Amino acid sequence: MAEPMRIRATMSGDVADVKVLMNHPMETGQRKDAKTGQLVPAHYITTVTASINGAEVLNGGMSGGVSKNPYLGFKVKGAKAGDKVVVNWVDNTGDKNTAEATIG
Amino acid sequence: MNALRRNVLKGAAGAGTVAVAVAAGLLKPNLAMAVAPRSAFEAKNVGDAMSAMGASSPADSKDITVKAPDIAENGAVVPVEVTSAIPGTTSIAIIAEKNVTPLVAQFDMLGGTEGYISTRIKMGSTALIRAVVMAGGKSYTAAKEVKVTIGGCGG
Repeated sequence: MAEPMRIRATMSGDVADVKVLMNHPMETGQRKDAKTGQLVPAHYITTVTASINGAEVLNGGMSGGVSKNPYLGFKVKGAKAGDKVVVNWVDNTGDKNTAEATIG
Repeated sequence: MNALRRNVLKGAAGAGTVAVAVAAGLLKPNLAMAVAPRSAFEAKNVGDAMSAMGASSPADSKDITVKAPDIAENGAVVPVEVTSAIPGTTSIAIIAEKNVTPLVAQFDMLGGTEGYISTRIKMGSTALIRAVVMAGGKSYTAAKEVKVTIGGCGG
């Protein structure tokens, strides 16, 4: 099961600076296991979405080329302190995770 | 899944909310569902990836900044920051040109999201990191070379 994801959102001027750290192995499907020589099956996040107070602000797609435990930073203009940020991801196995934070 | 089917499915599930968002001026109707199809992420070369996401011949732009280290000691974790100063930026894609599947990530900016994305990517070898930005229905690009001393994609 997916590990928790961390979100930090802070205001700088009228722009919310959102930083997200997801917990995920991000296996490309091209790496070989050092012991068995078998390919490690692909297991990576395919979509990430973010919303603030229910309105979508970011809609993203990823391949296995994003590093393990993906980090994502983005900036949203017009958000306010106290607004609720929700981030969701879905991976290629159908596993998903969601987390929320309040802009501070 | 092909692009059309994907849009049809999304349209069926999300038509209500999208209509509301469009009415409220939060989403631009023609760009609301622009995330690159999975075929773009699975493409094995830069040209195929770009055409799959509808940006086959982007124009070079000095308004895009690609921030990444000159030399990455560990190709498994290369920090990349893309800033687009192009007005009306709706999407940013990050491409590592020599990777087996070059398109690493692509993000649509909705609502008040600025033309900025920061993430960490894997690179198999020394290559250009290319940002492809969509703004006002046109595509723009800029690139930066990163030298990789230990690749992050193999075993």
